[in-house]
Amino acid sequence: MSRPLSPHLQIYRLPLTALLSITHRITGVALVLGWLVTVAVVVAVAGDGAAYEAIQDFLTGAPGRALLLLWLLALFLHFCHGVRHLLWDVLLGFERRRLTRDSALELASALGLALATWLWLR
Amino acid sequence: MVQFTLPPGSKVEPGKTWPRPEGAEEILTVRLYRFDPESGANPRLDVFPVDRRRCGKMVLDVLFHIKNEIDTSLAFRRSCREGVCGSCAMNIDGRNTLACIKPLAELDDTVTIYPLPHLPVVKDLVVDMTHFYAQYASIQPWLKAVTPEPADRERLQSPEERERLDGLYDCILCACCSTACPSYWWNGDRYLGPAVLLQAYRWIADSRDEATGERLDDLEDPFKLYRCHTIMNCTDTCPKGLNPARAIAEIKRLLAERTL
Repeated sequence: MSRPLSPHLQIYRLPLTALLSITHRITGVALVLGWLVTVAVVVAVAGDGAAYEAIQDFLTGAPGRALLLLWLLALFLHFCHGVRHLLWDVLLGFERRRLTRDSALELASALGLALATWLWLR
Repeated sequence: MVQFTLPPGSKVEPGKTWPRPEGAEEILTVRLYRFDPESGANPRLDVFPVDRRRCGKMVLDVLFHIKNEIDTSLAFRRSCREGVCGSCAMNIDGRNTLACIKPLAELDDTVTIYPLPHLPVVKDLVVDMTHFYAQYASIQPWLKAVTPEPADRERLQSPEERERLDGLYDCILCACCSTACPSYWWNGDRYLGPAVLLQAYRWIADSRDEATGERLDDLEDPFKLYRCHTIMNCTDTCPKGLNPARAIAEIKRLLAERTL
């Protein structure tokens, strides 16, 4: 007799910490894709002036800047959750009452760092 | 394997809406997952408007009210009704917990109840836990020692050694944590899951157990242990307030220390 599978992701109300966990994965992938842009810049620098100009135009334009801002955000979200993983590895921060509080702190730090870096780079 | 959607035969369809009870002042709308293995139909979500004043204090009391007064065909597991046996574990409003210790006072006007996530459903809220129990057996949850037992007494522990088992021996194996874990959803065939790993650590942490090395050897596996990615749903959802994520981190630390 075939038994149905009970609903899972469709019905589970994921806590903030779980959402940050999946964000950590997604931002990890985004950061790797971001390296392709870095490689493109290096290739352009090594090439002729026209190639460099093209990539400079792109990165200083609105879509390019938006992409850089997103990458910066991904970088700090990934970084802050990475720090939390390091703390977990030495058994710090497992208390249940701290979970959501630490997640909020982590999120605020990531946004703050991204914004500060963005303003500093301008 | 990661599978974000339900297989065709598991999709939940809209079910029957039962009539409003007469003369009720305060209605609690209970949306209940139903599956009848004899019908051949897909699972469905029935809606039971119930009189809140006739339901007792806990979610389990509501289920009894529905079974006794509205639909006797409803199936669910329960036994102790005080959070000790772990039978009535289910998904209530999106989080796993024990129906017997989840107060109605914490609910809104509507409550949605599903069986424990990502398990084969036998009927309604009753799930097949064979695999979960087999995984528990696989960690050999008993005291293992080679030294002979003292002739005139038990194997003794200091109060400090006994204290290390607090928060571990209290686990009732209700499976709320394991079935809340996305890693267990995707890799439950080989990943042991938080409940079983907490039990594994319970024997590793026991000062009387002499098989710590072999127990760690057995867990040093990319799937059995290391599918834990510290998502923390286990600790978040445990109805007994235990900390499976921390127990898993303790095992990982012992394994790391062993190779240093």
